[in-house]
Amino acid sequence: MTAGKHRHLAVLAAIWAALIFAPYWMPLFGGYTALGSRVLVLGLGAMALNFLLGFTGVLSFGHAAWFGLGAYACGLTLKFIAPSTPLGLLAGTLIGGVAGALLGALLVRRRGVYFAMVTIAFGQVFYYIAFQWSSVTGGDDGLRGFARQPLDFRAFQIDLLHSDLAFYYFVLVCFAGVVAVMAFILRSPFGRTMIAIRENERRARFLGIPVELHIWIAFTLSCFFMAFAGGLYALLNNFADPRVLHYSLSGDFVIMAVMGGMRMFWGPLLGAVVFVVLQDYLSSVTVNWMSFIGVLIVFIVLFFPRGILGLVRARRTA
Amino acid sequence: MSVLEVRNLSKRFGSLVAVRDISLRVESGELRAVIGPNGAGKTTFFNLISGFLEPSAGAILFDGRDVNGVPAYQRVELGMARTFQITEIFPELTVFENIRIVTEVAAGYRLRPWLSAAEKAEVRRRIEATLALAALSGKADRLVGELAHGDQRAAEIAMALALKPRLLLLDEPTAGMGDQETYEITQLIRRLHQDRKLTIVLIEHDMRVVFHLADRITVLDQGSFLAEGTPQEIAANEAVQTAYLGQAA
Repeated sequence: MTAGKHRHLAVLAAIWAALIFAPYWMPLFGGYTALGSRVLVLGLGAMALNFLLGFTGVLSFGHAAWFGLGAYACGLTLKFIAPSTPLGLLAGTLIGGVAGALLGALLVRRRGVYFAMVTIAFGQVFYYIAFQWSSVTGGDDGLRGFARQPLDFRAFQIDLLHSDLAFYYFVLVCFAGVVAVMAFILRSPFGRTMIAIRENERRARFLGIPVELHIWIAFTLSCFFMAFAGGLYALLNNFADPRVLHYSLSGDFVIMAVMGGMRMFWGPLLGAVVFVVLQDYLSSVTVNWMSFIGVLIVFIVLFFPRGILGLVRARRTA
Repeated sequence: MSVLEVRNLSKRFGSLVAVRDISLRVESGELRAVIGPNGAGKTTFFNLISGFLEPSAGAILFDGRDVNGVPAYQRVELGMARTFQITEIFPELTVFENIRIVTEVAAGYRLRPWLSAAEKAEVRRRIEATLALAALSGKADRLVGELAHGDQRAAEIAMALALKPRLLLLDEPTAGMGDQETYEITQLIRRLHQDRKLTIVLIEHDMRVVFHLADRITVLDQGSFLAEGTPQEIAANEAVQTAYLGQAA
């Protein structure tokens, strides 16, 4: 028991050390700081999706909707309301999260394929709104004319715009905060009811858990996390376009989670590392980079259904 | 007062009448067996009581309160716990974790983001008491899915017990068990009944178990009430013998 605990702490320390020193070791492997920020932001999105998929057992195929709403709300706040990075993130998180909570209430009675289909439909509604409403969103050209603002601590300021390194650490701190909240919830009595629903919904119901309410809460939390990641994504690019709402991005998040290992807390982050790095590398070689990812995901699902991290775990216990 | 009272309960699925005009009363502390040939409507009857199905007609009173329209999870909160004919557990979690989920739900902590140290200690104490009661203390850290069938059934009963029920509904607790396992589960149910004075309704096919445990027996046949009485009365009842022999022939 204690040996397991020590190993767990050692793994955690290794993950955080790798993340903290990423800007210094990544260049050795051809990486660059902005790529690290991108991995963290998309990894956070994949973990937010997996909060629902891996720990409640509910598949949403439209989570880009909340990611994209977070991105647009953050960008629009910076552009039109207040030139403040924290305010932009706050607005993005609230708008994406509240929209998720409201629409989630309509969803929770659906299960399986029906749930996934309705989430796709909701996502596409937001996609077409962003696409058509050019006067506000910039339409197909995307939302421009905003940039991440310096963090103002009165005594000193941190320039996030011109220093990729400063922005990386800003993203890392945000990432750490959200991930800590997720881990905290998953270890709570409420988190255990999520697992109970994933494991056996009927049993959960006959143990006195109002399943619909608990799925709705898990869905809503997941949307807030997702919208926060979307806000960071707008800051990362100083730009948002309708593709951040598109179901193909929802699919990318699902791929990251499944590829990395959706039953594992850190699985989706590993999936995001593989996905984003492959995308970055392959897309400079061929426009058909997605077909390589496709082959990889088929390979993983067929031979390692528990994902890359699941494979590592299985080896260790075997 | 009766813990459970059922009045003229019926359930139709289209033209099929699965349960027809059944009434019964189960007194506090009683152990009632519900028996009947296959297709007698026993499991449907349980599903109606526990809120898995809504009745077509009739009323179910739990502690004198009409629970018609009360959702399943609220019936659990009122004190009704059930097990299933096919074991329903969380197979990929340990025995301890299975019981912990239930214990926390029963304590009203299901929406809590954290517990105080005192609450955690109390939860742990209750889990250990439940494990001891079901003779599972030595298997707390095993995955439930890896346990022997008999232990899985015991774990399922332990989960129901962790809800601190006023009424325990057991659907074929010895289904698919060997003699030794059947004996152990029977002893567990007997302890719950005699030591804890728990009110229990159980469906059972194994007549040795039924006649060994039950205070009273209700016999259903093809969805209808056939007979009710003490084990001796039921054993001597001609209609019951005909129903069982008729099925066997």
